[in-house]
Amino acid sequence: MNVAEALQIVTRTDPGMVRAQNEDAVLANPLRGFVVLADGMGGYNAGEVASGMATTLLGTELEKAFALRPPSARVDGGKPWAHVGIEAEIARANGAIYQAAQSQPQYSGMGTTLVMGVFHDNTLTVAHIGDSRLYRLRGEEFRSITRDHSLLQEQIDSGMLTPEEARHSQNRNLVTRALGVDPTVEPEIRDYEVRVGDVFLLCSDGLNDMVEDEEIAMTLSALSANLDLCATQLIQMANDNGGRDNVSVILVKVIGDFGSPRGLRSWPTRLLAWLK
Amino acid sequence: MDKAKLILSMDGLVLKEIKLGKERMTIGRKPHNDIQIDNLAISGEHAVIITILNDSFLEDLGSTNGTFVNGQSVKKHFLQNGDTIELGKYRLKYVNEVAQQTPAADFEKTMIMRPGAMRKAAEQAGNKDMDTQVGMQIAPNAEAHPPTESVAPAVAATVVPAAQPTLPLGSIQVLSGANAGRELELVKTVTTLGKPGVQVAVIARRPQGYFITHVEGANFPIVDGKTLGAEAHKLEDNDVIELAGVKMQFFIKR
Repeated sequence: MNVAEALQIVTRTDPGMVRAQNEDAVLANPLRGFVVLADGMGGYNAGEVASGMATTLLGTELEKAFALRPPSARVDGGKPWAHVGIEAEIARANGAIYQAAQSQPQYSGMGTTLVMGVFHDNTLTVAHIGDSRLYRLRGEEFRSITRDHSLLQEQIDSGMLTPEEARHSQNRNLVTRALGVDPTVEPEIRDYEVRVGDVFLLCSDGLNDMVEDEEIAMTLSALSANLDLCATQLIQMANDNGGRDNVSVILVKVIGDFGSPRGLRSWPTRLLAWLK
Repeated sequence: MDKAKLILSMDGLVLKEIKLGKERMTIGRKPHNDIQIDNLAISGEHAVIITILNDSFLEDLGSTNGTFVNGQSVKKHFLQNGDTIELGKYRLKYVNEVAQQTPAADFEKTMIMRPGAMRKAAEQAGNKDMDTQVGMQIAPNAEAHPPTESVAPAVAATVVPAAQPTLPLGSIQVLSGANAGRELELVKTVTTLGKPGVQVAVIARRPQGYFITHVEGANFPIVDGKTLGAEAHKLEDNDVIELAGVKMQFFIKR
């Protein structure tokens, strides 16, 4: 099955109940099997500009990159093309946003978080920067795949705060990495094995700050048969709980196997498959 | 950062206000402390308050008589607005103006924190206390709970913790089929009803009331004799729902 047939994808973004503007941006390319979500920051409409630039640039450039070569192809001594392509295009988008912020005063200091996923050969390559998240529902198990690049997460990691205490912190929404705020950026890029039946959720903090993880998990497992309704319900829950921030979700449900045809597989993949 | 402060008092008498203007403020009897309390019940170096942006942490420095917050002995404590720190006969009330202004929309905005500044802050705060960091659980607690309260195979219920406990409670009573008479309280944010793969509907509990929406299957739910569309439909007290061949009644309990 090709990736376009193997995935159901729904994207949704909403300004929430308080903000006049929506500084989030979402993008899906079902044909190439990738999704991008960005939560912009910066005064006036600069946040919108940053997140819009991120999704548009990555959408356009990754389309070209993956048309040229499949994401699971090995390059540069065994690295998957997904990683090489994502790294290069994130660096390029970072440079473009940074340049715009430097050259135009109204965009000064703008930046954006980023979370994105590329589905290829029964694998999900996830890249993220900042506190937008990617969650996975697999059977009964729901967990965050990404770990926020935020002050709170660092404090939790160092043992200063327990996750429970972090909920009462006054230092929410402080990200330690963002796209476009410095000349260079370091994305976190990792691969995850994908199984038929998995449901992935990419979201901005407008969802996970307003809705408990347990509620998100239950909504996903209750409504995964209808992703449109699931997205509507998630956004409605964030808004019913106050909707203090823009809220965006991308849902991806895996309905089929999308392993590469044998002949196209790289030798390490073939070797692994043979050993199994 | 200087928005948080301490109000020092003894026997109900306010002695002074102290701004938490530094990342690290020591409290003790000896004169080199940032907050000196010259009393024999206070140790030379009694406690320290570490402030990182809008959060402050109190740590006892192995004092003889201990440090108490709201009556509880503490070694290390994440200060919340209104906390009262007790050292001997002295009281230090922690006031965090930022915490009081929390609803301000601007405060919710995501901001970038420069790694340099952050590392410095984290080092100042974290390195002192390595022993308390061991064994800290950092994995997000995101367990999915299995569906419970199932009204037998015909009606499966999925359960979500209730978001709005003050809302009137709705309930579903099964009127026909093998489970006739069974009742299901709609305490969760979303409850699914029906047969997966055949026909499923969801009832969402919202501040405005209960809403039913079609989830999957060729047939849509029927409410009071009318077939629903794809949109959410608000349920009224005593509405009769037909779903996957089963009749059930929605009613408000209180």
